[in-house]
Amino acid sequence: MSQRIRAASRLAVLAAAWVLAAPAWAKDLVKIAYVGPLTGGNSAIGLGGRNSADLAVKLRNADPKARYRYELVVLDDECKPDTGVQVATKAAADKAVVAGVTHYCSVVAMATTETYHRFGFPAVVWGAVLPDITYGHDFKEIHRVNGTMINQNETAAKFMLAQGYRKWAIIHDTTDYGKGHNKYFSQYVKAGGGQIAATFGVTADQQDFTAELTQIKVHNPEVIYFGGLTPIGVRIRAQMDKLGIAAQFEGTSGIVSDDFIRGLGPLAEGVVAFREGADAEKLPGGRFFLQKYAEQKYAQGPEAYGPFAFAAASLLMDVVEKVGPDRRKVNAELGKVKDRDSIIGKITFDDHGQNTVAAISKYVVQDGKWVPWEDSEYATGKRKLKGR
Amino acid sequence: MDLGLLAQYLMNGAMLGMMYALVALGFTLFFGVLDVIQFAHGDVVTAGAFGGLAAWAVLTHLGVGSPLLLLAAVVLAAGLSMAALGALLGRTLVLPLKSAPSLNVLLVTLMAGTALRECIRLFYPNGSQPQRFPPLLTTAAWTLGDFTLRLDNLLMLATGALLVAGTHLLVNHTRLGLAIRAVAQDEETARTMGIDFDRVVLLTFALGSALAAFAGVMNGLYYNEVNFGSGLLLGVIGFSAAVIGGLGNLYGAIVGGFVFAALQTIGAAALPFASAYKDVFAFGVVILLMAVRPTGLIGEQVSERV
Repeated sequence: MSQRIRAASRLAVLAAAWVLAAPAWAKDLVKIAYVGPLTGGNSAIGLGGRNSADLAVKLRNADPKARYRYELVVLDDECKPDTGVQVATKAAADKAVVAGVTHYCSVVAMATTETYHRFGFPAVVWGAVLPDITYGHDFKEIHRVNGTMINQNETAAKFMLAQGYRKWAIIHDTTDYGKGHNKYFSQYVKAGGGQIAATFGVTADQQDFTAELTQIKVHNPEVIYFGGLTPIGVRIRAQMDKLGIAAQFEGTSGIVSDDFIRGLGPLAEGVVAFREGADAEKLPGGRFFLQKYAEQKYAQGPEAYGPFAFAAASLLMDVVEKVGPDRRKVNAELGKVKDRDSIIGKITFDDHGQNTVAAISKYVVQDGKWVPWEDSEYATGKRKLKGR
Repeated sequence: MDLGLLAQYLMNGAMLGMMYALVALGFTLFFGVLDVIQFAHGDVVTAGAFGGLAAWAVLTHLGVGSPLLLLAAVVLAAGLSMAALGALLGRTLVLPLKSAPSLNVLLVTLMAGTALRECIRLFYPNGSQPQRFPPLLTTAAWTLGDFTLRLDNLLMLATGALLVAGTHLLVNHTRLGLAIRAVAQDEETARTMGIDFDRVVLLTFALGSALAAFAGVMNGLYYNEVNFGSGLLLGVIGFSAAVIGGLGNLYGAIVGGFVFAALQTIGAAALPFASAYKDVFAFGVVILLMAVRPTGLIGEQVSERV
């Protein structure tokens, strides 16, 4: 009797163990790549994006209903096109990696589209804003959850014109990113009745801007618009002060980072910039995202584009859950994404894989922080932009 | 062009020229004593700026508030640490390769410069980002039309000029200078005259690197920003300046520094095409100058090196 009970209980324990352990070994492993700048001048945003994609994967793996177990393969594109192509090839050539959450830097995202296309590798861009990344070709592999600089500059031009500014000088770096910003911003400013007094292309590692700024001083613009990334944005703003230029400084999504403020100290006050999407706090799933992010205790903050990297990774995993880890099927399914809920709002891809529902946010630096314009003392009139 | 604007361009150019000249002096000193090109020199400039910045960070953390004290500490920390680093580079990388082809020294120091640059990026806190350099000098400024004259710029120019003059005095009117010139002219004879060759070479490396450190601090104070990668271009420019002036000639380095700064300013201000090409223009003219005067602008008049 006791022997039979013992045998039965042993069986029961085995059965229980089998049931409990089942999900752990029944799930296949699916690898997803994350590519962004983890070192160099834009690493803060790249690391925030990596943490956010990692968070998406962790949340999915904790979900008992998920069909697969996911692993994030993290790669560093250094914000350099040549390195970007190398790591893109590495990810795409690895058959175990199904898809990728790819790139913050436009030059890199641009350089790698061919690679992803050649390997049929589904890529969802999480931060780069150059329009040509999705519109410059007919590759079905390239998608993007964030908006483009076309939307961004339309909002920027209209907003600044509405503040009463009429005369601009433009400095842009001569990468595709800077040139694109210059093109679209100039276009929308002129269409709105504004004037571009002077335009300067500068190299992306230039140190001294005093010659350009001295020329700008002669034109006496109300606003200096800068199309480029944080490192030279810091230099230009600092050197404006050295030359006694009192114009308002206006930037693009490329300077919306904490490093911009750290690099300038008090001089950052009152700088305005624009970015696709909305502040994490204000996004439909922003609170959820920030709360989960805080729970993981990452060493770096999510930065401006973290929510987009999270949304891109979640979207890819949703699709894999539905059609399985097959690149061709994932591509086909991504093409059909329409009105899909995410923490950044609805995602709808047009025929070029571009998310068409892209909100643009306005920011101003107030007391050492990027504050959404609507919440700032500049909007209430308590503080004033330069020359207003 | 009105006068205020012209004055502004002159001031911009003078500041750049002074920094370039200080860097070029190092190149020319090293070439003078050992016939070598020390290509880590540009990164020594950056390391100097970061050394000064670190001293500032430590002292402000300890509660030191006096700008004068901080400034002195920044300059001393930068100068002394880079003098030591320069001598170390000379001792470990350059002297042992003295009889090897000079190409080897160029390559070895180029690599050392890359290593130094990466060390700053990796080991300085948040080193990959542009760092804010504190404004330790007065911010007083006068506005005259389009010209903003800043007192701190004048102070930096004056100090730079004093350093250049000091270097000139040291080389031409002291026993050490005599030894440096002797070594530069003929190593063997200098040795037989009882000159400690290694010591003179290392002191020269320390001197050139301390000048570079000052250029770095000046760079930081002028732009209120330093970043780990700025040394690469600064090194190439300093070297070009030394070459167009006449490598091995002190006055040549100074002339070369200011000529290069003038070319860049003209390239950005006076040429009709985009300012993105100002470096292309400046380096293009350098190539032309080298074709016309291969030994440098004043290399031939003064036969004595260093």
